[in-house]
Amino acid sequence: MPHTIIERIGAYFLLMGKVFRLPDRQRMFWRQYSFELEKQGLQSLPIVVIISLFIGAILTIQAKINTENPLLPTYTTGLLTRETLLLEFSSTILCLILAGKVGSNIASEIGTMRITEQIDALEIMGVNSANYLILPKILAFVTMMPLLVIISIAVGLVGGWGVGAFTDVITVADYLVGIQYAFNPYFIWYGIIKAVVFAYIITSLSSFYGYFAYGGALEVGKASTNAVVRSSILILFADLLLTKLLL
Amino acid sequence: MIHVNDIVKQFDGNTVLDHISTELYDGKVNMIIGQSGSGKTVLMKSLIGLHRPDQGDILYDQRSFIAMNEKDIRNLRREMGMLFQGSALFDSLNVIDNVRFPMEMFSHMTEDEMETRARYCLQRVNLPEHVFRLMPGEISGGQQKRVAIARAIVLEPKYLFCDEPNSGLDPRTSLVIDQLIHELTQELGICTVVNSHDMNSIMEIGDNIIFLKNGKKEWQGNREDIFHTSNEALEDFVFASNLYKKVKQAHTKHFQA
Repeated sequence: MPHTIIERIGAYFLLMGKVFRLPDRQRMFWRQYSFELEKQGLQSLPIVVIISLFIGAILTIQAKINTENPLLPTYTTGLLTRETLLLEFSSTILCLILAGKVGSNIASEIGTMRITEQIDALEIMGVNSANYLILPKILAFVTMMPLLVIISIAVGLVGGWGVGAFTDVITVADYLVGIQYAFNPYFIWYGIIKAVVFAYIITSLSSFYGYFAYGGALEVGKASTNAVVRSSILILFADLLLTKLLL
Repeated sequence: MIHVNDIVKQFDGNTVLDHISTELYDGKVNMIIGQSGSGKTVLMKSLIGLHRPDQGDILYDQRSFIAMNEKDIRNLRREMGMLFQGSALFDSLNVIDNVRFPMEMFSHMTEDEMETRARYCLQRVNLPEHVFRLMPGEISGGQQKRVAIARAIVLEPKYLFCDEPNSGLDPRTSLVIDQLIHELTQELGICTVVNSHDMNSIMEIGDNIIFLKNGKKEWQGNREDIFHTSNEALEDFVFASNLYKKVKQAHTKHFQA
């Protein structure tokens, strides 16, 4: 791993230069890509559904408590739940959660391949190891992320509906009016654009930390931790920047 | 044939390879030997292009490594096979898919042709049929080494590099791996380079032995020459154990008789 921050930034861009090239063999690339779609995307679906369902329900209850004022319309709770899901939870918070799952998985997988000389073996065969290992991961997660965001929004809204349907916190009718009131479709695009950028940050940064791991299992663990921590920080910076640019 | 011409390699001002020149022959097992820290691994990594020498050149059948660009180096590497110390099999692929991998990446063979070739190579390294579909973690260390050899030879390389092929293996399995490397070298007429400090291997299969000490080439010869050498550093290294001292004494007596 390069020592100084300048060296690391340089090494990151040099690595990305090796990653974004035409694959040596298209058939192998598509095989890896479909494998990563399933591994990074579909296997993240259960956690996305569970978290979104509960957060949707919790947001609805909290919104109701905080808007219990006769001056505010009854649909405010549904409106707040929808806006929070669309603008922040289903893109940023979800990606912070997935940085832990997907990021640590990628960093430890590539890091283990590095320390067990599997990456050297690829290089000796004449394979562009960065391109073969990293490009399918980045493209697969970037492809799957918009889908995960849409599913998260939908499931989160269902969670809020569940509060209306199964408790007396809010009526279903008020909730449904709220989630449809003053709907701005651009917010969905805003969430998707953010999620795509965050997906790139998670996969590329985790691959970088894994690719430059050295030593033994301890270093792979460190690489995995660094990947998650740095990805999370960079996601928050990117969130601020994109919000300023897009809203 | 590989010509190493006066190569120098430094790390942070420390000279690890100090003006090394040698020739590595086709159809022979060329062994790089020496104590830990003598520069064996750096020389091996320089030969396979993982390190670029600071000075000097390496010629692969008259093709200069220094003059090669990234694409040329990758093309050259397709003529190389490598057996790593830890086998370096891909965890996510089973045994036969590990052997098929170089063919899938670089050849234009059909599925059937790849399958047939992979099976032939696995049978050539004496692996039983029932391990073909197992994952690398499910087979023994010796079997992993054989799979790695099969993968290294599947595209019929011109150069075969073996980094401590007997590391972690029992003496009997080590002997099997040594014999396999020797047989394949002669059968395919390839230039095999073995990095080792295992005396059994050196005396068993070393056709051309290069002894390194402190980054310099101290001695070069074959396994017969070792018994008659007057090089003190080599004697210290080779005959460090009492067993090999006795072997040398017996050999000298026999030679004199």
